[in-house]
Formats: sequence, C-alpha cells, structure tokens
Amino acid sequence: MVRELAIKDLHVAVEGREILKGVNLTVRQGETHALMGPNGSGKSTLASALMGHPNYEVTSGEVLIDGENVLEMSPDERAKKGLFLAFQYPMSIPGVSVANFLRLAYGAVSKPDETDPEPYRKTMTAREFRQLLRDKLGLLKMDETMLSRYLNEGFSGGEKKRCEILQMAVLQPRFAVLDETDSGLDIDALRIVADGVNAQRNGELGTLVITHYQRLLNYIKPDFVHILVGGRIVKDGGPELALELDETGYEQIISKYGDGGAAPAR
Amino acid sequence: MSVTANPLEKTEYQYGFHDDVQPVFKSKKGLSREVVEEISYMKNEPDWMRKFRLRALEMFERRPMPNWGGPALADIDFDNIYYYLKPSEGQSRSWDDVPSEIKNTFDRLGIPEAEKKFLAGVGAQYESEVVYHNIREDLEKQGVIFVDTDTAVRAYPELVQKYFGKVIPPNDNKFASLNSAVWSGGSFIYVPENVHVELPLQAYFRINAENMGQFERTLIICAPGSYVHYVEGCTAPIYSTDSLHSAVVEIVVEQGARCRYTTIQNWSKNVYNLVTKRAAAYRDATMEWVDGNLGSKLTMKYPSVFMLEPGAKGEILSIAFAGDGQHQDAGGKVVHLAPWTSSSIVSKSISKGAGRASYRGLLKIAKGAIGAKSSVRCDALLLDEHSRTDTYPYIEVEEDRKVAISHEASVSKVGEDQLFYLRSRGLDEVEATSMIVRGFIEPIAKELPLEYALELNRLIQLEMVGSVG
Repeated sequence: MVRELAIKDLHVAVEGREILKGVNLTVRQGETHALMGPNGSGKSTLASALMGHPNYEVTSGEVLIDGENVLEMSPDERAKKGLFLAFQYPMSIPGVSVANFLRLAYGAVSKPDETDPEPYRKTMTAREFRQLLRDKLGLLKMDETMLSRYLNEGFSGGEKKRCEILQMAVLQPRFAVLDETDSGLDIDALRIVADGVNAQRNGELGTLVITHYQRLLNYIKPDFVHILVGGRIVKDGGPELALELDETGYEQIISKYGDGGAAPAR
Repeated sequence: MSVTANPLEKTEYQYGFHDDVQPVFKSKKGLSREVVEEISYMKNEPDWMRKFRLRALEMFERRPMPNWGGPALADIDFDNIYYYLKPSEGQSRSWDDVPSEIKNTFDRLGIPEAEKKFLAGVGAQYESEVVYHNIREDLEKQGVIFVDTDTAVRAYPELVQKYFGKVIPPNDNKFASLNSAVWSGGSFIYVPENVHVELPLQAYFRINAENMGQFERTLIICAPGSYVHYVEGCTAPIYSTDSLHSAVVEIVVEQGARCRYTTIQNWSKNVYNLVTKRAAAYRDATMEWVDGNLGSKLTMKYPSVFMLEPGAKGEILSIAFAGDGQHQDAGGKVVHLAPWTSSSIVSKSISKGAGRASYRGLLKIAKGAIGAKSSVRCDALLLDEHSRTDTYPYIEVEEDRKVAISHEASVSKVGEDQLFYLRSRGLDEVEATSMIVRGFIEPIAKELPLEYALELNRLIQLEMVGSVG
C-alpha cells in the first residue's frame, strides 16, 4: 500500500474570515512537493490547519492520512499518526532541555493508547533512545551541545530551524510539512538545513515544503510544485514550474493562471 | 484499616486516604489553659517548658488575627480543632515496632524505602507525636543528634534551653504563640563542629485525623564549620472540614557552617498551613531555604534568614503552586544586620484555575550593614484566565554605603501557541502543560536532590490532571 496524505477541497477560516477556499493536494510517501505562493496566499494557514491549530477553523473539506480523516483529531493524535510540522516560528520552552523534550515527545508518539493501539514507531529503552539521538545528530552534522540547551531558548534563527529538522529526524514522521523553513536563513544555514531534510528523504517519507522563494528548492529538489494564490492552488507542475516562477514572479503567474478567484488576502 | 482512595485512580491528590487509627490519647476539642496543661503533663515536661507554654497561650489570646495574608484566615475555628492527639505508645527505632496501620501509611508514602536508599536519618510524625526516629550509626558516633524535639527536651535540656524560642520568640506572631503553647513533635538536630552530614536527614509529617491541629517544633543547630541538609515532607487526608498545621522552625547556623532546609509541602486542600521559619546566620555562615508549597487551602509562610555577623549569607528558593481553591501566600525574608552580608530570593509561583499565588517578601538592610548585597527575583506563571498572582515586596534599606540591591518580577501566561507547538510533537494537553510548568520551575527543581525533583515533577503532573481537557 502506498501511504498518502490527501487534502480534499479544504476550506479554512481564521477569525471568521475564509483564507483557504478549497485546496486539493495529495502527497504520497516518497514524494516531495513544494507549495509556493505570495504573501497572504494561505500557505501558513494550510500548515497550521493540517496540524490542527485551534484558531484555524476548518469549515469544509477533508484531510486524510491513509484514508482516515484526521480533522477531528487533536494535534497530538495527528502527530501519532505520523504527521509532523516544522514551524516557521518555533516556540521557546524555557527550562526544558532539547534532549528531555525529545525523549518525552518520542515516548508520547511511540506509546500505544486507545487512539492508536499500534503506533508504527517502536518503543525504546533509554539506551536505545540515546543511540538514536546520537545517530540523528550525526546525520544532521549537529553538535551534541544542542541537546542540553533549553528548547529554542536563545537560539538563533538558524539554530531554531536546525532544531526543527532534528525533531523531525528523531520523531520520524510519515508526512512532514515544512513551513517556510528557509525564512530568515542565510545561504550557509539554508544549505545545512536543506542537507538535513535531504538526509531524511527516502522512499518512506512524504514531504510538503512550503516556501515563498525558489531558492530553497535549489537544495531540496521537489518532484511536484503547486502554486497557491488567494486560498486556492492555481497551478500544479513539475520542478520547472518553480524555475518559471523565479523568472517571472508571482504577478505574471497570477495574470496567467488567475488569482484563485479572489483578491490576494493582503 | 480502611483505605478511601484507589491508588490507581487518577485523582488530583493521591495522599487523600486516611486510616482508622484509634489514638491512645486525644485532648478534648478547643484550646484552653487546661488543654495546654494536659499536653505538658502527658509529656512529663520540666516546669520551665510548662510555664513557657502557658505564657505563650496568653500571648496567643491577646494578639488579634493578622489582617493581611489570606482572607480565608478569618474562617479558622479554633474551637473545632483537636490540639493534641497521641497516636501510639512510645516511639520506635525500627519500623517493625511501629503499629502496623501507621507503618502502612508511611509505606504508602514511600518513607522506609527512601530511608534505605538515600537518607542518613528519618523522623516520622503522625498527628502530634513522632512515631519513628532513626539515624545512621556512624553519624551518631560523630556526635550528630537527630531526635524528636520532645525527646530533646528530656535528653539534652541544656542545649534545648539555650536555643529554644530564641530565634523565634513566642510573641513573634500569633501563630508562633499558638505553636509555643501547644507544640508537639518536630525534629531536633545538632551537628557538631566541622561535621558534614552528606546525605539528607528527613522528617515526614502526616495528619490523619479530622479537625486535627499539628504543631511540630523544629530546632536545628549547626556548630561552626558543619553542614546538614534537612528535608521535610507533609501530607494529610481529604476531609470536608479544616485542619490546621502551624509549625515553628528555628535554625542557628554558627560560624562558617552551612544549613540547607528543603520542604515539599503537599497538604490536602482542607489544611491551613501557617508556619514560621527563621534562621540566624553568624559569621560566614550560609543558610539556604528551598521551599516548595503545593498543597493546603491557605499557606502563609515566609522562611527568613537573619544575617547577624559579617559574611553571613542567605538564600531562599520558593516554589508555590496554587490550584483551584488554593491560596499560596509565600515568599521569604532576608534581614541584613551586619556588614558584607549577602542574600538572594528566587520565587516561582504557578496559579491554576481559581488559584491564587502571592509573593510576599521582605528585604531589609539595617543601618550599619555596609556592603550588603541582595537580589530578589519573582516570576509568576498563570495557567488560565481565572488564576491570579500578586506581589508584595517590602524593601527597607537603612544603609546605603556600598549596598547593592536588585528586584525583578515577571508574570507570564502559558500561551496557546506554546501548547500547540508541544502538542504537535505528540504531547497531550496535560503533558504539554506539565512540561511548560516543569521548565518554569527548573531553576529551583535542579537544586533538589534527584528523588525530590522527580517527586515534585510527579506532583505537578498530578495537579495538571483534571485541570484541563
């Protein structure tokens, strides 16, 4: 069976205002999709709604993981199903070390319970988990000192994004959504983060990379590119679409393919 | 024995069970000269102590109730309390000799096990009397005394008479007077010169009966150059009527000595906890209070350090957790009475539901305390929109030569975005909130011995269950 994350005719409102107006997108395991769009097109809204942020109201549509609708699930239940969101603005949690956080988070997603009696992640002994941490740090070429720091507390922009990718590597999702992971990164940091993501790409993982700029896609090569404008996907294509966009800019794309049926949100 | 709580059930308070223990003696309800005389008689005390008690009773009766602190103070019914309850005959040095129902309680609280694993000595008080007391033999051979205070009055009269009621005189405040009149139990510790007690000594205080008043009295003397870490824990059953816990703790830290006093207070939510704790620190001595308040209906407790000679140091770490219906009025006092003394207070309070956590503290620098340094930091965390926090910092500075003081305060809320972030990683709402709270108190929790830090984390997790969802 090929696993898939299917978004079907998704409508999402924030504070009563409709932002997403019927998004359709399917990410299968092994695939990398890029979702591009101008500011205010609804990219981050999609990311937050997929993960179940309480302020994002799904007014209609479905989000299915392997055929199961996850919209009624809490964010933690979605995480157990294998969904992961790399945040554009990761929150800091003072007093909680990265290592401790990862241990508890892994424990939570690998623990069987009534919502998920057979989670796909295996439970680990403390020793096995330490080994996993070391392996993933090595994979991402990160320093062990990060583990003893408090989660995102005093991290630079680049460190926060790398920490998100470390969390992704440790929690081993089936579907990862990267929300503007490139924002605020200089070119060196961008490369490191992209290398981290690429190191996790295999036949198992389905990835949705959300970005404003084509730049990131030079490092994370997508199989498919979608352009979101005004809350709708106005164009699907292959990697060449991102290059076209880079040359022409969003204005031309909008005049060529339409604005999604509405003025851009801003 | 009957047990009223299922330990597997996820209740907010897991120590709320009580045992059917028939006391061997119970004073009649209410407070009177007769009751005080009776306590003294039961204890077969020297006359000076009997007189001390009776004088204190007069002080208690004369003094009005404090008009600050918790509004719930006004609801205390002093006539509806048993002031003395003797649970068993005598005291044991072996758990095997403790009456089985009582031993069972302490088993459930994990005390004998903790004693074996990481403590140098244990005292266990049940109602008014200490039923078990023991200290490791090697420490005893070095001259360390660790007994209950009643035993100390009989066995070490000179030491007791020299220090008892000196750091906290009976007229200090209304509840110190009350304790001085009806005190029973508590720990007496004497650490001889230059002796370091490496493992903690622990006392555990358990109230079992309804409408009980527990008034232990603790006196710790650290001779020059010595070190001791004393830990106290406390729990009580849940009853619909109120109980009263009013302790007095006096500590003398002599030249170059260091004393650390750690409290994990987890009374059930029907207990008034009104405690006076004070240390006198002499030349180059260090006093450290680590004060964790999780339980009780109303706590009013401000551990204090009086720095009496140059170089003395006081450190107070305070954690207060005010759940629904609780009021934690906690903090600390540092009083600089000599030059080149230094102090710090770090307070972390958490309020949940309709809970209220107040920081109340005093920083005093007396005339002549040249070069005194002090920093006060209080941080409050609110878990929801109903919870409340207040700060009452009292600062009295009479000396300005080379004096450095700082005061910082912050209030933060657990944010929706913080919770969402943690939940997106698989933690449910309880786990996510607990993680934020644990992180918040981490700077203090890391000062605790590992076992107590784990216990504190577990208690906070339990407090979260039932509060969200």
